[in-house]
Amino acid sequence: MKITKKEVEYVAHLARLEFAEEEKEKFTSQLNDILMYMEMLNQIDTAGVEPMSHAIAQKNAFREDSIGESLDNEAALANAPDPRGDFFRVPKVIE
Amino acid sequence: MKYEAVIGLEVHAQLLTDTKIFCNCSTKFGAAPNSHTCPICLGMPGVLPVLNKKVVEYAIKMGLATHCRINAQCSFARKNYFYPDLPKGYQISQYAEPLAEFGHVDIEINGEKKAIGITRIHMEEDAGKLLHDEHNPVSYVDLNRTGVPLIEIVSEPDMRSAEEAAAYLKRLHEILVYLEICDGNMEEGSFRCDANISLRPWGETAFGIRTELKNMNSFRNVQRALEYEIKRQQYILDDGGEVVQETRLWEDGQGVTHSMRSKEEAHDYRYFPDPDLVPIDIGRDWVDEVEKNLPELPLAKRERFMGEYQISAYDAGVLTVSRALADYFEEVAKRSGKPKIAANWVMGDILKFLNEEKKDIKDCPITPSALADLIGLIDKGTISGKMAKDVVEQMYQTGKAPTAIIEEKGMVQITDESTLSKIISEVIEANPEQVAQYRSGKEKVFGFFVGQIMKATQGKANPKIINDLLKKMLTKS
Repeated sequence: MKITKKEVEYVAHLARLEFAEEEKEKFTSQLNDILMYMEMLNQIDTAGVEPMSHAIAQKNAFREDSIGESLDNEAALANAPDPRGDFFRVPKVIE
Repeated sequence: MKYEAVIGLEVHAQLLTDTKIFCNCSTKFGAAPNSHTCPICLGMPGVLPVLNKKVVEYAIKMGLATHCRINAQCSFARKNYFYPDLPKGYQISQYAEPLAEFGHVDIEINGEKKAIGITRIHMEEDAGKLLHDEHNPVSYVDLNRTGVPLIEIVSEPDMRSAEEAAAYLKRLHEILVYLEICDGNMEEGSFRCDANISLRPWGETAFGIRTELKNMNSFRNVQRALEYEIKRQQYILDDGGEVVQETRLWEDGQGVTHSMRSKEEAHDYRYFPDPDLVPIDIGRDWVDEVEKNLPELPLAKRERFMGEYQISAYDAGVLTVSRALADYFEEVAKRSGKPKIAANWVMGDILKFLNEEKKDIKDCPITPSALADLIGLIDKGTISGKMAKDVVEQMYQTGKAPTAIIEEKGMVQITDESTLSKIISEVIEANPEQVAQYRSGKEKVFGFFVGQIMKATQGKANPKIINDLLKKMLTKS
């Protein structure tokens, strides 16, 4: 087993997800299955192969620095559950 | 025990592009909240960020100006964390492959030069702004700043005092502003600094436990916060205690740092390459192109001014504080052909006037050529240096040419010897007591006579001629 239940709990916490006990068990074994499958890739000799950071071969996709249209305030806040005035309103967070 | 401070700085500089790093929204400061937003910077599902080319260009500029290696390939990564000012749940930054590395910035303290290493410079997006309600447990979120381009400049832990840290920070700031890629406004947050600081016993090479300092929004506060933190850590260590590795906030009003007391939870950002953005190849030709267009940087300018215009290191430092000021001085120096005198006028009267009104040199009502004309008039003896002080003030207030002011006020200097001799003899005759004192060896009264003559001529007498004539006339007969 590469992944323990504790690690599943840790990752879930980082992602702000809450799981029931049986779900944690299920994800632990599923994640282990995935990692075991990935292990197969390690059998391939990749010496001298550059690691990729992207799946497609394209590079340098740029845009020019020219101003386009922004959303109006109403549209920007349309999905906010609790807007106030021009703002999104959220529970107070001070780190 | 004697300790050595080890300081490293992380600087975030907002880049002066018109649009955000990954979308077409404006970066202009001060707009109505959430009015510079779009589905991309709001982090809506299914949108695709596209990199602003100018951001890369500006970052290359800073890399070159700080002697970094510009990496042939760089890429973006996601830094994952939750905070309400970060709508996507991750910040797009650079991690394993930053744009630039291995640079340095030279500082000078008390005439001693030192190179401060730059670990890396990378591009990233800024987060939004939170306004905390003072009475209710809520915060208000403005996402206009979300996606504004930043470069983060990470130094090596090379600084050994708060003074060195402040000097390094000033150099970085100066370079960014010279390059015209950042406005450098610390109060508005376009130039922000966090510091890592630890102490170690003198002579020790291993690092001590560090704290990270935040919330210092001026050069002075960076220095004060570091000085405070050095003392704080020293007390702990002298007491046999151990410094806690934590983030501390500078409290300007109290002049102390205090622990942020965030929940003890190690940050785990789970960086991974951002699949929405393709890698960036920076060819040699692009770097060459940027390098070709780099302006003269402050340090080089300073050294050139000292050599070319024979001015002191201090004067060269003052005159190169901004590119606009340096250009102004240089034009006055060239047009007048008197660089040292030009330096004195610019640093003295001109900067005094501007500072009084908190104006920038770009808004100076006196053009460099008008100031050069004034210097020429003094040199020719048309007016005295003392009269010029009044003229320059009039020039500043009215924007008129020096000759026009001199004519209007009838300020032309009296250089005619016979006119001056007549005035001098009148003064001598009126003050027999002082004449006797002078002749008995009390040479101090000489100044009294000069004052009387100046009074009689409303300050228009040429001081040099007065000196010569007065000396002659007091000693003879």
